[in-house]
Amino acid sequence: MTLKNSAWQRVLNARKTDRPKALDLIPYLFDEFFELSGDRAYGDDKAILSGLAFFEGIPVTVLAQSKGRNLEENMACHFGMAHPEGYRKAMRLAKQAEKFNRPIVCIVDTAGAFPGKGAEERGQAEAIASSLKLFSSIKVPVITFVLSEGGSGGALALSVADRLYMLENAIYSILSPEGFASILWKDESRAQEAAELMECTAYDLYAKGIVDKIIMEPTEGFENNKSFVITAMKNEIRNDLSALRKLKTSTLLDQRYKKFRDIGVKI
Amino acid sequence: MNTQFYKRKERLNLFQKLFTKIDKTDLKTTQDLTPLMCPSCNTPISQYDLKVHLSVCPNCNFHFSLGVQERIAQLVDEKSFKELYRSAKSNKINDFPEYQKKIVKAQDSTGLHEAVTTGIAEINGKTVALAIMDARFIMGSMGQIVGEKITRLIEVADKKKYPLIILSASGGARMQEGILSLFQMSKTASALARFDEHGGLYISVLTHPTTGGVSASFAMLGDIIIAEPKALIGFAGRRVIEKTMNEQLPEAFQKSEFLLEKGFIDAIVHRKDLKTTLSNLILMHKVSS
Repeated sequence: MTLKNSAWQRVLNARKTDRPKALDLIPYLFDEFFELSGDRAYGDDKAILSGLAFFEGIPVTVLAQSKGRNLEENMACHFGMAHPEGYRKAMRLAKQAEKFNRPIVCIVDTAGAFPGKGAEERGQAEAIASSLKLFSSIKVPVITFVLSEGGSGGALALSVADRLYMLENAIYSILSPEGFASILWKDESRAQEAAELMECTAYDLYAKGIVDKIIMEPTEGFENNKSFVITAMKNEIRNDLSALRKLKTSTLLDQRYKKFRDIGVKI
Repeated sequence: MNTQFYKRKERLNLFQKLFTKIDKTDLKTTQDLTPLMCPSCNTPISQYDLKVHLSVCPNCNFHFSLGVQERIAQLVDEKSFKELYRSAKSNKINDFPEYQKKIVKAQDSTGLHEAVTTGIAEINGKTVALAIMDARFIMGSMGQIVGEKITRLIEVADKKKYPLIILSASGGARMQEGILSLFQMSKTASALARFDEHGGLYISVLTHPTTGGVSASFAMLGDIIIAEPKALIGFAGRRVIEKTMNEQLPEAFQKSEFLLEKGFIDAIVHRKDLKTTLSNLILMHKVSS
């Protein structure tokens, strides 16, 4: 029934402050989460919350884009917009996961990579490009959930996965509806119109073959019934780990390559 | 001493050779047109002067965006460029408002089918897989066709063991194709990962401008990354950053020289030296061609 929601309503839903964040879900999805920090080169970026945990007894690496639940938390994690050191931390831990043959579970929730002076000085473009390249060939299963906002290259960096899921009210777009409207019509206030035009909902991405499955949200709202979504996410992780861990590495990588190779028109 | 003399002579010859390739009829017709303003130093330059200097500002060395045809003339051995996937174009790819009109307009004004031209060419006798982006074509933006052409070229380079050279010039992913444009970033990066694993040599040449989704995918993934002087290279747009930071950014921000200083590119190479540089770099790698 929420299928009738307009794209703009979903944008607003995805950005709700009381909508659960990675911080709220991790304790329920996993056991014994142990946070790992830093890129070993520059610093620790709180916009990426990462660490080790058990998923029903199986060790996994968790890489989550992390928005805050209040101003203080948001100041610390730059409203979930990662700097290059955030992506480099994710890459470091992905390689570590590969070394110890641990599957990776990613959560995407960001308006985009941080657009700032320091981010550019430290190579935001290089960090995202390298993430895309690394995750396309990492030799362990990668499962990604787009939780709320999937904004641009900053979200894509953690989306190169064997399974890509999107929550029903999440959005995923090339840039924010505001940015889109501002470039297209030089008028940020037409964001609502842009959202409808952009085809950025989970249903749009599913139709285009980018997303494998939509994780349904309860009618009373994700924020009012977290466990509904958590159960669904756990079911997918359980099934995927069981299926993907059985695959030969070469098959896993070939399937992942094909999945991303086949997006868009062919010539 | 002697070798230095010969080196200089060789360079002079190269410059003269490049100059002889420029279409002289074009020069005659363009020489009396209104001068262009250099966007970097604001000096007026006659179109004639600009042509003679390989579209480089004689005053400040700013490298103007170059059309594909001029680039091919400057960079590869005469008549060696064989275009691949020329017929691929974004016409009728979706019905985004005004998009179709925009494509046709770009095609008419540039004579190109898309923002990237791909093919096989020879550089001083060495066969390479070559992609050249053209910023005049909808800002050189990457839509599905651009991503697909580049991916196909990477796969050809991989199969045939050709060195891969991509000259980027792009504002980023193509907005009108939405999310499918964004995923061209992961598509090209995945293809490069395979090429890399198989030992392929990829030289990325960043030209003015290389930003957004193109800089954050294949452009930054070269084994060697070269930039033309004073090119704008970065991820986020200057205005967006200024708005976020609430401060003015220095003039040199996101320019080639800035990226060299910060350690994100290997070298800045003047347009007149680009062919020799690429040719030498290919020789320094054990890639059969």
